[in-house]
Amino acid sequence: MSTAVQTASAEVPVGYESVAPPSGKLGVWWFLASEIMVFGGFIGSYVLLRVAHGGWPDQASHVNWRLGAINTLVLVTSSLTMILALNAVRIERRERAARFLLLTVLLGFTFLGVKSIEYTRELSEGFTPSSGMFWSFYYIMTGLHGVHVLGGIVLNAILYIAAVRGTLWSGNRRARVEFAGLYWHFVDVVWIFLFPLLYLA
Amino acid sequence: MEVATSHTQPTGFIRRYLFSTDHKVIAKQYLSLSLAMALVGGFTSYLIRWQLAWPETNIPGWGPIGPDDYNAIITMHGTVMVFFVAMPFLLGAFGNFLIPLMIGANDMAFPRLNMISFWTLFTASVVLTSSMFVPGGAAAAGWTSYAPLSDNPIYTGVNRGQNLWILAVALEFGSFLMGGINFLTTTLNMRAPGMSLSRLPILVWMEITAAVVFLLSVGPLIAGALMLLMDRTLGTGFFRPDRGGDPLLWEHLFWFFGHPEVYVVALPGFGMMLEIIPVFARKPIFGYRTIIWSTIAAGLLSFIVWAHHMFVSGMDPRLATPFSVTTILISVPFAIIVFAMIASVWRGAIVLSTAMLFALGGLATFLVGGVTGIFLGSATTDIFLHGTYFVVAHFHYTLFPVTFFGGFAGLYYWFPKMFGRMMNEALGKIHFLFTFVCFNAVFIPLFLAGLKGNPRRLYEMSSYDFLKPVQQFHVIATIATIGLLVGQLPLVVNFVYSLVRGKTATANPWQANTLEWTTASPPPHENFRKMPMVYRAPYEYSVPGAPSDWIPQTEPPQPIYPVTAVAD
Amino acid sequence: MLQDLLPTDVSTFGGDIDHVFWLIFWIVGIWFVAAEGVLFYSIIRHRKREGATAMYLPGDTPRQLAWVLIPALVVLCLDLGIDRAGASAWERVKGTPPAGDVVVRINAKQFNWNFTYPGPDGKFGTADDVTTENDLHVPVGKVVRFELQSEDVIHSFFVPNLRLKQDVVPGRTISGWFEATTTGTYEIACSELCGFGHYSMHGNVIVQTPAEYAGWVRDKWPSQTAANSPAAKRN
Repeated sequence: MSTAVQTASAEVPVGYESVAPPSGKLGVWWFLASEIMVFGGFIGSYVLLRVAHGGWPDQASHVNWRLGAINTLVLVTSSLTMILALNAVRIERRERAARFLLLTVLLGFTFLGVKSIEYTRELSEGFTPSSGMFWSFYYIMTGLHGVHVLGGIVLNAILYIAAVRGTLWSGNRRARVEFAGLYWHFVDVVWIFLFPLLYLA
Repeated sequence: MEVATSHTQPTGFIRRYLFSTDHKVIAKQYLSLSLAMALVGGFTSYLIRWQLAWPETNIPGWGPIGPDDYNAIITMHGTVMVFFVAMPFLLGAFGNFLIPLMIGANDMAFPRLNMISFWTLFTASVVLTSSMFVPGGAAAAGWTSYAPLSDNPIYTGVNRGQNLWILAVALEFGSFLMGGINFLTTTLNMRAPGMSLSRLPILVWMEITAAVVFLLSVGPLIAGALMLLMDRTLGTGFFRPDRGGDPLLWEHLFWFFGHPEVYVVALPGFGMMLEIIPVFARKPIFGYRTIIWSTIAAGLLSFIVWAHHMFVSGMDPRLATPFSVTTILISVPFAIIVFAMIASVWRGAIVLSTAMLFALGGLATFLVGGVTGIFLGSATTDIFLHGTYFVVAHFHYTLFPVTFFGGFAGLYYWFPKMFGRMMNEALGKIHFLFTFVCFNAVFIPLFLAGLKGNPRRLYEMSSYDFLKPVQQFHVIATIATIGLLVGQLPLVVNFVYSLVRGKTATANPWQANTLEWTTASPPPHENFRKMPMVYRAPYEYSVPGAPSDWIPQTEPPQPIYPVTAVAD
Repeated sequence: MLQDLLPTDVSTFGGDIDHVFWLIFWIVGIWFVAAEGVLFYSIIRHRKREGATAMYLPGDTPRQLAWVLIPALVVLCLDLGIDRAGASAWERVKGTPPAGDVVVRINAKQFNWNFTYPGPDGKFGTADDVTTENDLHVPVGKVVRFELQSEDVIHSFFVPNLRLKQDVVPGRTISGWFEATTTGTYEIACSELCGFGHYSMHGNVIVQTPAEYAGWVRDKWPSQTAANSPAAKRN
């Protein structure tokens, strides 16, 4: 989604420029609000059912919290690289911006890579989505989260390519880095909730 | 102030009418889709009511239906009417058409997202329609899709149809999420100079409140829908006790959304009535700010009442009293809104145009729905009334007025603006008469049936002796339903005829104040040739001392001192 | 009589429920008639007339708003009164049940009702349990406690004449109680969509005099004497 934001044209009387956040950002925030409710629905259901049914200790003990912790580190670092990318955009340091976008993409892939290692091991040990309620929640929540990570990777990759090609720097396209950043931080924050709930509890 | 991408209107049929990003075209696409789906929804109501009145006969024009067909038909009726008629009609069509025009913008904030939102809904309706033709037939677990009935195919014999139902509803959610983001961003960012939030037409307030409520309530059901799909395809057991899950989890996730959803539908319906009443009573809305605060309060409260659908569900009985309290509290903002609407009519100079008839008729019938809700919101009386025809009559007395009375009022009122032609008033009044009389004749008997304990979703009543006395109510309701459906023909004729041969409409045939009436009928592609400047609130009708009984929002204030020439 | 709009009430807590019903009926009924009355009066009386203009009433002063806010305040108070009445009735019906004279397990399935009595030993799952199909025999004037279970999907145990309704959820046992005041046969209907046979999930609550009930018990557990009959107080 894009907006072309035109600043005051000849027809707009002086003094009526908007004080609201520009449209793209506002749109992203509303989108994130609805996404929070989706993950909130999952997390709420998981917590309530887990508490009501005795904690599922036998099932939950089989997740690898170390890999989960590594992934948490990876994702938090990627949020940092995203911030650095955005900063670089703001101060017009184009190669630096491109570099940090690329790093964010690579860290995203790392996350997915670790996740696949986990899934492979868990599935081979016979822990499938139908192995029990804990596993059902584990797969659906991390799976949905993973899909969101993938989406973010694609977004950031597109921005990286645009940065390298130079198309990111024309018009107001660079604002998209901020939108992508907001989305990426959201994906990170969701993981910050999922990690303790699934791996440490 | 942001201006949407200004571009010249595309040429070519495909870019102009099919894949258009113009909110006015998209609005008409939503209108067409909702009216087409209304035919499907209306047809299902014919099938249902004929079966109930004369279960031993074949349904004319269809044939015999069995109890599993019946369950699929009622499921489709509810799903189609709520998700594919009410929402596209009130939000997709009128929200899209009017929001940019009423705030003085050229288009929505995200025109391409708008286009995608329509085609997503279109895809959803294709998916839902296709579900009727797959082996096993369409979903048959009710529009509420309770588990495990919906979760395990052996209980209904429906497999693919239920999965397609989930997919269709999920796509519909996606469509309105996109639309909601557009409505909110546009309204907050693209208002013309002088259009402060306190000068926004009330319909815009209603549409954006509905958008916020939808945006924040649908998430948990999206989660639930994914869980249901996984139960059905991947062997999980979120809602299946035989796999360690809990059927009540589905109910909570569904109703957490389901209750706010009815306000998502109701608020725009009220908004339409509230726009139309001042124009044809020639006086302001009574208590504009109070209505808005009440609307926001109702929107907030709507998130904490959901378990009134679950009083006898088996959830902890101690939850019943708190939810009864929140539910009864939500009647207060709605009482305020209803009283304010009545006060908006009081001491007016009322002209009973078709639009006004539908607006007032909608208010009058909604009152029935509103007061009968009190019986259901109190857990104790709900013990008896839950799951009976009393509920069916209650929700038809709320949803039908807002969707159809409110929606038709809007249709007759804004048709000139949308299509540049006037509709025929005589046919409109006949349409109103049939709709008003027949609607009440359908559902008052059903209240009486509900009071006798008539359970819902029964294929026929013959298994029970205690239902023999209510059979006459069902016959009356069915005859009235046929009248109601036939009574929509004047609208069909009027709509089509007026599109091609209606009298040409002027820019402002109703002498109304809001911004959409300051531009041509229909508006040009960019809506306004010059950006409007807004100086006034929207409902300055019959202002004492004013030269005419209406003052448009764009009318500059008159100087209060005499203006004399200044010497050079 | 207005009470005839509802089915005959033969339940000890039916009166409580009906009392709340009629309380709501009169409160909302008066408001409904008043609101519709004002609306229709206005539509007729305030039609556009030659020479008369509409009154400019934006409702933005406290004095004007009082016309809306004071009625709304009255509505609020009446609402809270309804909730108070409802809460005590709810507690009686769905709260801690009284000590029961008869216990029965009600099993719901697609598409009928089974009733299991524990027999003279008072325990379920023993050899002297008896299961009947579709007919629930109970003595009049005695507290009957039930446990609802479902074999498959959600059903709902609804006996209109007892003002009794409780959803039956698979995976859990839900308890409840009732006490019938009058002998007779009262129908059970399923009131939650449960599949294609939902419309025919018919059952009967057969409320019998002490003598008739004792006769039925003797019939079901022929080797027991009257002294050991399960009609004795038992939990």
